Amino acid sequence: MTEASSAAGFTPAAADASAAILIEKLNLWYGDFQALLDVDLRVRAGAITSLIGPSGCGKTTLLRSVNRINERLGYVRTTGSIRLWGLDVLDPSVEVAQLRKQVGMVFQRPNPLLLSVRDNVLFGTRVHLPDGRPPNRVEGDRIVEEALRQVLLWDELKDSLDRRGTELSLEQQQKLCIARLLPVKPRLLLMDEPCSALDPAGTEAVEELIWKLRGDYTILIVTHNMAQARRASEECVFMLLGEIIEHSDTASMFLNPANDQTAAYIEGRYG
Amino acid sequence: MFEATVQNRRNRKVEGLFRLLFLWMTCMLILPVALILGVLVYRGGPAISWEFLFTQPLNNMTAGGILPALVGTVWLVVVALIASVPVGVAAALYLSEYAPDNRLTRAINLAIINLAGVPSIVHALFGLGAFVIFFRFGTSILAASLTLAVMTLPVVIVATRESLQTVPLAFREACWNMGATRWQTIRKIVLPNAISGILTGVILEVSRTSGETAPIMFTGAAFFLPFLPQGVLDQTMAMSLHLFVISTQVPDVPEHMPFGVALVLISMVLAMNGISIAFRVYLRGRKKW
Repeated sequence: MTEASSAAGFTPAAADASAAILIEKLNLWYGDFQALLDVDLRVRAGAITSLIGPSGCGKTTLLRSVNRINERLGYVRTTGSIRLWGLDVLDPSVEVAQLRKQVGMVFQRPNPLLLSVRDNVLFGTRVHLPDGRPPNRVEGDRIVEEALRQVLLWDELKDSLDRRGTELSLEQQQKLCIARLLPVKPRLLLMDEPCSALDPAGTEAVEELIWKLRGDYTILIVTHNMAQARRASEECVFMLLGEIIEHSDTASMFLNPANDQTAAYIEGRYG
Repeated sequence: MFEATVQNRRNRKVEGLFRLLFLWMTCMLILPVALILGVLVYRGGPAISWEFLFTQPLNNMTAGGILPALVGTVWLVVVALIASVPVGVAAALYLSEYAPDNRLTRAINLAIINLAGVPSIVHALFGLGAFVIFFRFGTSILAASLTLAVMTLPVVIVATRESLQTVPLAFREACWNMGATRWQTIRKIVLPNAISGILTGVILEVSRTSGETAPIMFTGAAFFLPFLPQGVLDQTMAMSLHLFVISTQVPDVPEHMPFGVALVLISMVLAMNGISIAFRVYLRGRKKW
């Protein structure tokens, strides 16, 4: 770690190549309330891993620890380690802006910025460039087209890049929010119930998109929707009261859960 | 089955009563405004003319126009704005976007509310002590405007903070999660979306400032000064004080003159409020979330 910690920015090293996230003994407190208890988790690179569990079990907290967005709250205390590609993100030398460039986040409610579609996509790029040196027109067009193609929006939106992001349909908005992350080349995408504000058709479209992005990106997705976890993830993690109860590949978790509590939750006996 | 019971009829009667009461109170609210405007237009209207607006007062202020007061008020308001808007907006940005929610922040918020509650005559004395005497600005536009600025600072801060807080948190989160700093977030997302509210607050402040009398009385406004100020260290006449002076301190002022001054003053205020509302409507039409 010392070698990596001495680096000024956050540059992922290829340590354990198959693990994108390696969490060890992670404890997290909101003030006096302990929200995560000794969480150990290994997230496979390039796969979609879903976090399931009843409300308040710590899924979102865990997700938000990975890009350190929890820290904004001020009263959060964390112990343990979260390694992304071998580097501890809790290390004081980590530049949060670089971390968040590598780790994109998608929210429950689509939150496109009040800018044109084009500017939404370019926002991330601009944030990381010096002022007055935005990507030029040609470069910008290329970035926008590439990102929108990746999220299957290009054909729908190529003639309306000047429309406001907030005027699109919710499904398009959520896809735009994903597209917005891609130009800065993140390696990990965190998604906090990305489909819960969408109608069934939108949910299906966004799930398809997420499925298509796997491999290129490691995806960690929080969901309340059992069917979604089953359809759209390769590995599944069941959490309860701040602890990880079970972690296995999705098919076997839903077919024969190893733990009684997992079984009870999956069968809908509580949650 | 569907006939009204006694209780239904009683409820309906009470309902009607309260509706009437609230309507009556609303009319009571509008009535004074309408009356004031009516009286001012009726009695001050005849005084208004190009000459009245654009010439010097003559004959011990019993004749002529109000130009020095009109220009003086503009000076006072503009300088006060230049002093208070940057400070107020910056303070509101800190309080809303950076400050952690702790005891100090809460104390500052409380201080701002208290500052808004300080009577204007107290501000006047503060301005006299601080700007006129201690900082040796003398009785001048600068001293008077700074006093006005201190007095209206809470309005700017509160209006700015409120409009900053109407920008959804989701926008900020989206930015922070892409690695944007607070300042990048403020400049690119928060300010562009809050600007309409901030401007509205500023314009309201302008209209409030232009009518204030007490804070400028000791600090920079002159009783009678029949020429235009040349710089911020000059004294000046002002509309509000001029109105006070010709209504109470000068004998033999023709009756229509004070009403004319009041009409001009209130028109200035209403015009600025009108601009503010039009502006808000325009900017609101453009944003959607």
